[in-house]
Amino acid sequence: MRRLFLISVPYVWLLALFLVPFLIVLKIALSDTALAIPPYIPTLDLSDGWEGIKAFFAELDFENFVFLTEDSLYWKSYLSSLQIAAISTLLTLLVGYPVAYGMAMAPDEWRPTLMMLVILPFWTSFLIRVYSWMGILSQEGFLNQFLLWTGLISEPLMILNTKTAVYIGIVYTYLPFMILPIYAALEKLDGSLLEAAEDLGCSRLKAFWLVTIPLSKSGIIAGSFLVFIPALGEFVIPSLLGGSGTLMIGKVLWEEFFSNRDWPVASAVAVVLLLLLIIPIILFQRNEQKEREKDQ
Amino acid sequence: MMKRLLTMTAAAALFAGAATAEEVRVYNWSDYIDEELLAKFEAETGIKLIYDVFDSNEVLETKLLAGGSGYDVVVPTGTFLQRQIQAGAFQKLDMAQLPNIGNMWDVVAKRTAQYDPGNEYSINYMWGTTGLGVNLGKVKEALGEDAPIDSWDLVFKPENMEKLAGCGVHFLDAPSEMIPAALKYIGEDPNSHDPDVIAKAEAVYMAIRPYIQKFNSSEYINALANGDICVAVGWSGDVLQARDRAAEADNGVEIAYNAPKEGAQMWFDQMAIPVDAPNAHGAHVFLNFIMDANNMAAASNYVYYANGNKASQEFLAEDVIGDPAIYPSPAALDNLFTTTPYDAKVQRVVTRMWTKIKSGT
Repeated sequence: MRRLFLISVPYVWLLALFLVPFLIVLKIALSDTALAIPPYIPTLDLSDGWEGIKAFFAELDFENFVFLTEDSLYWKSYLSSLQIAAISTLLTLLVGYPVAYGMAMAPDEWRPTLMMLVILPFWTSFLIRVYSWMGILSQEGFLNQFLLWTGLISEPLMILNTKTAVYIGIVYTYLPFMILPIYAALEKLDGSLLEAAEDLGCSRLKAFWLVTIPLSKSGIIAGSFLVFIPALGEFVIPSLLGGSGTLMIGKVLWEEFFSNRDWPVASAVAVVLLLLLIIPIILFQRNEQKEREKDQ
Repeated sequence: MMKRLLTMTAAAALFAGAATAEEVRVYNWSDYIDEELLAKFEAETGIKLIYDVFDSNEVLETKLLAGGSGYDVVVPTGTFLQRQIQAGAFQKLDMAQLPNIGNMWDVVAKRTAQYDPGNEYSINYMWGTTGLGVNLGKVKEALGEDAPIDSWDLVFKPENMEKLAGCGVHFLDAPSEMIPAALKYIGEDPNSHDPDVIAKAEAVYMAIRPYIQKFNSSEYINALANGDICVAVGWSGDVLQARDRAAEADNGVEIAYNAPKEGAQMWFDQMAIPVDAPNAHGAHVFLNFIMDANNMAAASNYVYYANGNKASQEFLAEDVIGDPAIYPSPAALDNLFTTTPYDAKVQRVVTRMWTKIKSGT
């Protein structure tokens, strides 16, 4: 009984915070638009009971999903978002891993302070931090003024309102989410394993590749998911730092929802985005499980 | 330690929310009122005022159509107001609670009646035009002394835009105003709802797209004032606010606004009460307060927009009522055009085209 209760907790959580909202979005995605409050007519009417459900299945069409395939805008946006999220994740990993490694190798008495320094930016609002990047990157901003002053450039660089600014914004914002899981993995690393590797003839670099990296794999994977998933649907950073030409699915969703007032199509975009995220993650986890079973 | 701090913050937030005085929640455009008026309203009426801002009609409309926005007074533009009235988003005003309604200006009321027949649901707050804000120094440096700063040629002629691209050009991210402007420029009916006519605006924008730095409806005030950009297609009062901020900062930036001579769009921002407003009485008190001649004049003197209040005109500063960029002469008024809202199908065509213009896809 006690065991059943323990198992049910995560499932109830999943049901309430994931499945129910998803079903609501799916229901809107299958509806038709209307000029009303709210601006759609649901095709599923539960107040009619069984008859309503039967009518729903009889009239079921996926016109809003079909619509997404008819216009190149949507798949181009999905692809562009995937690309931006993937590159940002890689950059975050490249910056975050050395930081986490340095933290894990630092003397014990330093670690709480270093940890604090990584968390500290969260004490300021995310929006304010993105806005301050606008002040740093703009034409007349600090970065350009500094570079002009040093004489490295003679014309101000165009960084704000480009994809580069979006990458800077995403890497900056999500860096702690990459550092913390990797640090957690590296901190547990047993130093004697590295000594053993060196005793057996590994150079330090080789020992790092063969021992440290594989043992921190769980941290790298967790960190990459934590960065990749929110970056894929990111809306705030591209709209504030990116130019109007930065195509991301979050912005397309916003346009459907706000400019077209087309909640059904907006919901369809969101459902596809979710599938795009969930299917690879499920496949990945299956694969991991198989490997683990093979190891045993 | 961290956990305790969080608990304390949460508890403090709970206590702060527990006050129960009468409140009225107003949702207005950003940079659109003299903040001293807000304090004055609270002092005079004893009603607590919660004042939030937005920078696009689309955001407001989505909140209204989602229902339960929680606001008592909102300020949509005429075209959006018309559609929202059809969707049943507003309640009729109770004129008995609005003794100051007699202050309103018939010249404006006649025009707003095309969106809100009989002005039953809304009062005019401000009105203005959509035109060209320029940094005089930088534009003349790029295009010479006779730069066409009072003509759509400035931004719709590719050879001009090519020279201006280096110093930065922003457009409003508002297709319902930018597409009519392009149609006017090529001699089409700016209020056309015919998708074939609307499609002609695309070519106008595609020719100049490489030279447009950004489409945005609020950043350009600061960007103009700081000298980050040299041209903004924007709203009259916003550009004039940028002019004043630059003058205050004394940074050598000189800004000017012109409604293009080929014809510019005239728009009306209307105050209305949502159908599900939690405090409709407080909303009426607020509307009546705003329609007071002195208060309305203070708002216009601060934001540099014309208002629809006849009685306020004697209290307006000379640089507001006397500035033809704010209160155009009767002849210039004839040169301004208005538009009506698109239906859902045409709206989709417009939004899709606008996305294509902005992102190239």
